[in-house]
Amino acid sequence: MTQDHLSPSRPAPVRMPRFVLILLAALVVLSGLAWMVVQYSATDPSFSPASAMIGGFPARVLFILIPLVGLAAFGWIIARRAIPLLRAAPEPRFDRIPKRIALVLGIWLAQWRQPRYMLAGVLHIVVFFGFLVLAARSTQLVVLGFVEGFTLPGFGGALGSVYDTVKDIAATAVLVAVVILAVRRLVFRPARYAVPEKYGRDHTPEALFVLGLIGTLMISESLFEAGYLAAQSEAAHSLTPLTLVWAFERMLAGLPVATLADISLTAFTVHALTFFFFLAFLPFGKHFHVITSLFNVFFMRVTKGNVKPVAFGVSDEALDKLESFGVKKFDDFTWKHVLDFYSCVDCGRCSDRCPANRVGRPLSPRFISIKARDWAFERYPVVGKATPDGVPLIGSIYDPDEIWSCTTCGACEQECPVGIEYIDKMVDLRRGMVDDGMVPQSVQKPMSALEKRGNPWGKLEKQRAAWTAGVAEGAKIKLVEKGETADTLYFVDSITSYDDRMQKIAQATARVLQGGGVDFAVIGKDEKDSGHDVRRFGEEMLFQSLREQNSESIEASGAKRIVVSDPHALNALRNDYSGMPPVQHVSELIAEKLDSGELKLAPLADGSKTYTYHDPCYLGRHNDTYDAPRRAIDCIPGLRRVEMEGNCRDRSFCCGGGGLMLFYEPEEEQRMGVVRVRQAAEAGADVIVTACPFCLTNIEDAIKVAGLEGKMEVMDLVELVDGQLQQ
Amino acid sequence: VISREEIDMEILVCVKRVPDSAENEISVAPGGSDIRREDLVYSVNEWDNYAVEEAIQIAERDGGNVTVVSVGDSETEEVIRREMAMGAGQGLLLNDAAFEGSDGLGIATILEAAARKGNYDLILTGAQADDGAAQVGGMLAALLDRPYASLVNMIEVKGDGTLRVGREIEGGAQEISEIDMPCVLSIQTGINEPRYVGLRGIRKVASVEIPELDAGALGVSADRVGAGSAKVRRADYFIPASGAGAEMIEGSTEEVAAKLVDLLRAKGGIR
Repeated sequence: MTQDHLSPSRPAPVRMPRFVLILLAALVVLSGLAWMVVQYSATDPSFSPASAMIGGFPARVLFILIPLVGLAAFGWIIARRAIPLLRAAPEPRFDRIPKRIALVLGIWLAQWRQPRYMLAGVLHIVVFFGFLVLAARSTQLVVLGFVEGFTLPGFGGALGSVYDTVKDIAATAVLVAVVILAVRRLVFRPARYAVPEKYGRDHTPEALFVLGLIGTLMISESLFEAGYLAAQSEAAHSLTPLTLVWAFERMLAGLPVATLADISLTAFTVHALTFFFFLAFLPFGKHFHVITSLFNVFFMRVTKGNVKPVAFGVSDEALDKLESFGVKKFDDFTWKHVLDFYSCVDCGRCSDRCPANRVGRPLSPRFISIKARDWAFERYPVVGKATPDGVPLIGSIYDPDEIWSCTTCGACEQECPVGIEYIDKMVDLRRGMVDDGMVPQSVQKPMSALEKRGNPWGKLEKQRAAWTAGVAEGAKIKLVEKGETADTLYFVDSITSYDDRMQKIAQATARVLQGGGVDFAVIGKDEKDSGHDVRRFGEEMLFQSLREQNSESIEASGAKRIVVSDPHALNALRNDYSGMPPVQHVSELIAEKLDSGELKLAPLADGSKTYTYHDPCYLGRHNDTYDAPRRAIDCIPGLRRVEMEGNCRDRSFCCGGGGLMLFYEPEEEQRMGVVRVRQAAEAGADVIVTACPFCLTNIEDAIKVAGLEGKMEVMDLVELVDGQLQQ
Repeated sequence: VISREEIDMEILVCVKRVPDSAENEISVAPGGSDIRREDLVYSVNEWDNYAVEEAIQIAERDGGNVTVVSVGDSETEEVIRREMAMGAGQGLLLNDAAFEGSDGLGIATILEAAARKGNYDLILTGAQADDGAAQVGGMLAALLDRPYASLVNMIEVKGDGTLRVGREIEGGAQEISEIDMPCVLSIQTGINEPRYVGLRGIRKVASVEIPELDAGALGVSADRVGAGSAKVRRADYFIPASGAGAEMIEGSTEEVAAKLVDLLRAKGGIR
């Protein structure tokens, strides 16, 4: 768990949008009017809003009108907000209901992800549970406006008094949280809330305004009750000390009953106005999440590592008939993607964890959502005609480099407390660009080579298994291309097959497999690139062509299971292909063999070094394999391992990306790998162990760029294990 | 000033199918007259791809129609189709056994005949081919008796029957010329960013027919083209032995950088 950045920075001028100021003024004027009105009405000091009079006119008319107008406005606004959802592309998200309910219970109700940012998270939990608790009280207050002495069913007796105590504490806790949140926003200004100039104005005014509304609700609710209680004798004894209502009761005690009635009724009116204003205000900004988050979490991603199909309900064979591919204009997004935009809380956690954002690439996931939401609110206004102009998103609200900057590492999705997805959006936007020919020049060559030769370097197919010659003197590696078979297939993938350095991973894998007594074969020239990152770069047809060729080769090999050393291959075969035999990453196999005693590792010769493990995104976050590699490392006697605390496991920091990302030339201030290497150095490590050839490439380069040659080294897990094998 | 719709240019782009050096390991075949071709994959010549992109951009911007032409056999069709998938309206394959073995002048002669079949305001070629000699563009212009600009890295359609073209001059200087149409330009890489064509794009134009013209249809007499009439013949083909003179700089990164700067300064690389 990391702490919030609470470093105070120079406050930028806080500017309120004009409409917020107008609404605020209206609220103040209405509250003032309420004060005047109840003054005239309180000739007969009654503490029941339903029986109060306003200038000889029954107040209950007002208290019926406020909810009616409020609910009507809210209903209208929601209906208008639903239009983009209804126009969006279809996406089936009603599957796996038990899993979805579990997500709602964990991520929504239990706020499971909130404490990942401790201070903000705990404060949010206070406000969230405060709201849940006070929902009953708010409902009661609404009805109390026109039904004398109303209590919710079941809240009359003992439960009612327990509830009263709980809600008094809740209201107080929420107010305290609101004050701390406001101070945070105004004084400490956590860096992740900042809005870079290119993305428009600072969002602090909206945040403060809403905090003000919440505070007003808490104060007016407590004041309403305190006014009544102050007029009763001995009331204070039953109040929980230090709660808001307790404090107000003490302040008001001794005032004339008529004044107390006025205060109480004014507070009631302010509460009613604020409550329904707040309700209708929610769908105008980031507080829409108060309504949408429940649904967004219910419909969130339930499968990891996969990518959505080009279009739901269209078979792969029918894809050629599609007029257009991917997301080009707003209405091409699926309804879940639109719901994501509505649900963004603007908390900045995604962008805070986004490696692209960290190294200064022109991508901040948070603004992928916010820009799209702003676009939707502008084109689909609450009042007036909808004007979706079909303008391409790329070139208007998104920039090509922004979309190509994403490494699909998944850190943003892992962090989002309301289940917003980004990878599918990135891939869909890329599909749209690929369809229009907008592919970075640096990526076109490798794509063309992948099409012609099945690997991004245009290396010869017949050289694909050339690495096998270097396994060991006289070592025999079975090759499917020579008609040899085995139950286990080692799917090598392109970089490990062809890159001089990465071939060592293949050779180490072969030796470790042999050492563990695994009879395995390698496909050879008919193995193509898994296409993992071809798909994630939006070239779906090329991916499908590669998948088809590989699927045929794998089927023809007769393998019963597949082992890979490249997590990208793992993820492709496991989550992008279908009908494959079980696929296992070599680290999982090593851990199993160590547990069973089939592999034994010798003590480290040089015990002076400190090791750390870097979780590859597609092994960790996307496939939940965190422990097997660590277990394998820890099996080496004499090895000292440290964690990159705060940046390990599902918070691992992407090395820079694999596959085609290796070829893409991003605009960036520094390399992701350099950030990663520094994190390892800060953790006190001299050796980074990873389990992915792309991580190895990126980190190896980064060590040189960071000037840490000789001080820091990187190796693959299989190389480490291979070096310690006991024959 | 003529409005954009009225410009409506007919543009011909000459392309060549070549073994892409980026996707092949090129080695010399025994005998030394050619490279090993059994494991080669082919694509459109890179310079030609820029020329096609430029033609399509002109047509999209100022109005017009793009035809892609290539001298080759039936396998060349794939290359023409890929360029059509980018947005060229027509393809044209010039295919005849008699064309085989043509030298640069022979190829230019075949292309000249194809160019005379149409009414092209602008003819583009790549500045050179991966496996070529950068001669066809100029020869074609001469045979057609049209003005020619080579190594063009910028084209601006003026609308009065002329073009403003930019050329990069040795040393990085830029030259701007005006040229009368109809004309022939050879295109340098980097003039634009060619769009990507994927399998999907190619499948979209898979059924579009590409007309084929042979020597007879073109009215090219066999004694002007083909191996028999080639006046330039390849005598040898080899990979030069790596020479001496390479200097490895050793030391820490800082030392290497400092030595490199000194060396470059000494040799006049840095002023």
